[in-house]
Amino acid sequence: MSAKTIDIPDSTSVKPEPLTGDQVMDVGDQTIEIDDPTFTQAPVVDRPNTVGASENTVTRIRTRDLSVFYGEVQALKNISLSVPQHRVTALIGPSGCGKSTFLRCLNRMNDMVDGVRIAGNVWLDDQDVYDTGTDVVELRKRVGMVFQKSNPFPKSIFDNVAYGPRLSGIRNRSELHQIVEHSLKRSALWNEVKERLSDSALQLSGGQQQRLCIARALATDPEILLMDEPASALDPASTARIENLIFELRDRYTIVIVTHNMQQAARVSDRTAFFYEGRMIEDGPTKQLFTTPAEKQTEDYITGRFG
Amino acid sequence: MNSATNVGGRRGKRMISLLFSAGCLMATMLCLMMLLVLLWSVISEGAAWLNWDFLNNFLSRHPEKAGIKSALAGSLWLTAFTALFSLPLGIGAAVYLEEYAANSWWRKMIQLNISNLAGVPSIVYGILGLGLFVQTFALGRSVISGALTLSLVVLPIIILTTQEALRGVPDSIRHASYALGATRWQTVYCQVLPASLPGIMTGVILALSRAVGEAAPLVAVGALTWVTFVPSSPMDQFTSLPIQIFNWSARPRPEFHQIAGAAIMVLLLVLISMNTIAVFVRYKYGKRIRW
Ligand SMILES: Nc1ncnc2c1ncn2[C@@H]1O[C@H](COP(=O)(O)OP(=O)(O)OP(=O)(O)O)[C@@H](O)[C@H]1O
Ligand SMILES: [Mg+2]
Repeated sequence: MSAKTIDIPDSTSVKPEPLTGDQVMDVGDQTIEIDDPTFTQAPVVDRPNTVGASENTVTRIRTRDLSVFYGEVQALKNISLSVPQHRVTALIGPSGCGKSTFLRCLNRMNDMVDGVRIAGNVWLDDQDVYDTGTDVVELRKRVGMVFQKSNPFPKSIFDNVAYGPRLSGIRNRSELHQIVEHSLKRSALWNEVKERLSDSALQLSGGQQQRLCIARALATDPEILLMDEPASALDPASTARIENLIFELRDRYTIVIVTHNMQQAARVSDRTAFFYEGRMIEDGPTKQLFTTPAEKQTEDYITGRFG
Repeated sequence: MNSATNVGGRRGKRMISLLFSAGCLMATMLCLMMLLVLLWSVISEGAAWLNWDFLNNFLSRHPEKAGIKSALAGSLWLTAFTALFSLPLGIGAAVYLEEYAANSWWRKMIQLNISNLAGVPSIVYGILGLGLFVQTFALGRSVISGALTLSLVVLPIIILTTQEALRGVPDSIRHASYALGATRWQTVYCQVLPASLPGIMTGVILALSRAVGEAAPLVAVGALTWVTFVPSSPMDQFTSLPIQIFNWSARPRPEFHQIAGAAIMVLLLVLISMNTIAVFVRYKYGKRIRW
């Protein structure tokens, strides 16, 4: 991780610093140069300039002073973060800093944990997520989730993807089939499994299972998609396809993605939040955070000096 | 000096280990021997009597005309009704305890009590059944009373094995279901129960085979030993295989001991087939699901 430079030129921010030798700058376009042989850039580069994305878009999710305690241990400390609509928000930070915990708060999956205590507020649009009157089932249909560890049901591939739509009452076989096919195509799995939709999902490889879980989440057509390291078990080619998918989904969904991969965060996200030991150190437009981080800790982390 | 004691200690340890495994082997052999002797004595007495007439005849004063038709039919009725009562109750209770109940002291109390109930001697349930079903509910010495009493005997077993099976389903499956907008009931019904079905089935079959073999609680409830008809309704009186065996073996004439042996062979055959099915279910479906 140490020999990487991530340089996302930013046409709007004012920082006309002299270029150093290994930096490449194409003003107005995005060039990411990383001397990492395993790095594959996602083929889609044709993206609108997303600097300052949050200013001209609606906030879908907002947290204020969100704290989470597991028993006596405080895993999140006063997180206040806004997630803009039709944008990709990346959460980065070292292992154990609370990224998954934060993600699970947004669709109340933390409710399942024994002895968890949550303080502060989370709003989805203008609805208080932790209000006693909130319909959690409805919330989770709107806020889909892909887990850090893939967890397919011990059922057929088809039944895995069709589970969500079936819960919503869709029984029509051809309609289900259409949804399953569409979802699997989007998660870049269709070609590998189209011949064996009735095979057990547990026979798939780890990376295939991961993509199946993404397809399963997409099949319920959520408005917001929470992805906890969706590419952690994938090879570069599948990773690139997932990243393409994220670009594609971005126009219709609102996405929060956790990633350990700096390049990935830089490639796919519009905004990035850096977590460290349960605190959110800083958040901002991705380019800005990666080029001119405000905090020393952020800079140290993204340049690979720790974590 | 130091190393010498060390070597001595090591030799001593190896000696103990050797003795221990020899002891274990002896114990195993002894059990096996006893089982073989038992089987041999049963088969040598009963095999000659085991034929179609024996299965199809009613009771008789004459051993050569006696059969186990009413006992077989009674056992069948009992098992069917025991299953009818104990499966929904037992599986329901297990699902409640594992999937619904909050982890409170109240739940822990119930859990402790169920584990204790599994160890209560079955004759105690028999006395309870006599007081409760036969007398208080005035169900008489009927198939229903017997089945309800046997349900009491096997309920704790069914609850405990079902809980075990439910616990075998990893939480990640439940979480995946909830995250897709499933309710608790949908998660239990569509994911947890199907995934744990092999384990539940195995437990249920083993519990029912326990019910098939029970005699004591039925004696307490007042199963008759002289029944010359097949029960035609759950309110009819009944006998069962273990009771018939008990009755015959208590008689002085050696021929009756021999037909008791034949009846034991039938009972063992039923039990062994039930256990085989349980093993088969576990093997076949347990292998398919690997987390
Ligand atoms: N169910 C739980 N019970 C108790 N403590 C927990 C639980 N889940 C997480 N924690 C603790 O909360 C802290 C944050 O965990 P979390 O899983 O959110 O980290 P993370 O940033 O997602 O890490 P990673 O990148 O390794 O996935 C950790 O210290 C962890 O030990
Ligand atoms: Mg995590």
